[in-house]
Amino acid sequence: MSTEEIRAELAEIVNEVAGVDPATVQLEKSFVDDLGVDSLSMVEIIYACEDKFAVSIPDDDSRGLRTIGDAVSYIERAQAQ
Amino acid sequence: MTDLPQTSPRPGSAILGLGAYEPSRVISNQQMCQWIDSSDEWIRQRTGIVERRWAEPEETLLAMTAAASRRALDQAGTTPDQIDGIIVATVTHLEQTPALAVRLAGELGCAPCPAWDISAACAGFCHALAQADALIRAGVLEHVLVVAGDRLSDLTDLTDRSTAFLFADGAGAAVVGPSDGPRIGPVVWGSDPSQGHTIGQTLDWRQAVERSQPAYLRMDGQPVFRWATTAMAEVTRRILADSGLTAEQLDFFVPHQANNRITDSMLRHLRLPQSVQVARSIQRLGNTSASSIPLAIDQLYRAGQVADGATCLMVGFGAGLVYAGQVVILPGRPAGDDRPLVLADPAPTTPVPDLTLNP
Repeated sequence: MSTEEIRAELAEIVNEVAGVDPATVQLEKSFVDDLGVDSLSMVEIIYACEDKFAVSIPDDDSRGLRTIGDAVSYIERAQAQ
Repeated sequence: MTDLPQTSPRPGSAILGLGAYEPSRVISNQQMCQWIDSSDEWIRQRTGIVERRWAEPEETLLAMTAAASRRALDQAGTTPDQIDGIIVATVTHLEQTPALAVRLAGELGCAPCPAWDISAACAGFCHALAQADALIRAGVLEHVLVVAGDRLSDLTDLTDRSTAFLFADGAGAAVVGPSDGPRIGPVVWGSDPSQGHTIGQTLDWRQAVERSQPAYLRMDGQPVFRWATTAMAEVTRRILADSGLTAEQLDFFVPHQANNRITDSMLRHLRLPQSVQVARSIQRLGNTSASSIPLAIDQLYRAGQVADGATCLMVGFGAGLVYAGQVVILPGRPAGDDRPLVLADPAPTTPVPDLTLNP
């Protein structure tokens, strides 16, 4: 998948879980500070990503995903493995 | 080999009556914020809780479970002497022995009957209901009182800003008896010991006494949330499949009232039809452990929403981690039953050793 395809899929997940407008889910945006995603929604988003992108994101790693770009890069690397 | 005599099986069991008891002390989110650094908005957003109820000293576990049981007996038209088994699900009966169920048998004036407690945390009501259903169908017992009661406030650390606002008190009870066909569906239940560390006590009782420190409930919220939102949606699907009903045939979905966000997430996974009414009693009652499911169903009754024969999918999940659930067919309750939820016969306060050393 391309970076843009992953971002677009992730935007749909963030929209479904946290009600955030998908158009605002851009690479430089922070989950917490810019998009207002709280910790419980973050848990659901990570789980949905694991499901959707067929990757594993351990808790220790998920805590380091601050921005949409962080998450997209992580998923790209995980899929390449 | 000699065969031993067996009891005669019955075609099914049913919930004949259900009752609940909501303790009297209402604690708002604003009041909670005296003790923890939080806000009404934060608590509502993270949990859906607007207020919770805590028991007053006279609202002992025995008093609350007795009040709920009397209401269940009333609806069932069953007298205490017809009860031949009592199962109490609780994790806050702070006396290791004797069981609360035996005290309850005495309090209600039941004939001498088997009475025992079970420890299955927030899934306790569904576990006890499964036991009662099996025992009645096997012909071992005839009328079983299934009771859930907890005073989580006794074990709540008022300075723990991750749990203090969640926990609350209450009791619920159901009279389960024989019926001409199964009205309690197959139970789906299990445990996940690998997640045992996520909910428990800060200290066991011996440590609490030796260190002269209070023991509290503690919870690692995020792994529990993750487990509840994923594994419990799948368990709910299995409960429905095993019941033989379709989602369209379901009237009520009553998940353990742990957190509205868990319920929301389960619903996103389950995609139940709009016609299924979902219990949200956590808004007013907080997380009351094993009693949350009967309290939620009682609230639906008192709102006049439960018709005779309504179908209800219940699923409980909690410390262990453990889970249990089943579909039940609910009995009707006479309209206009709006008696206030007060202690009918205040029970004598049971002396409880001060093991928690709460201030």
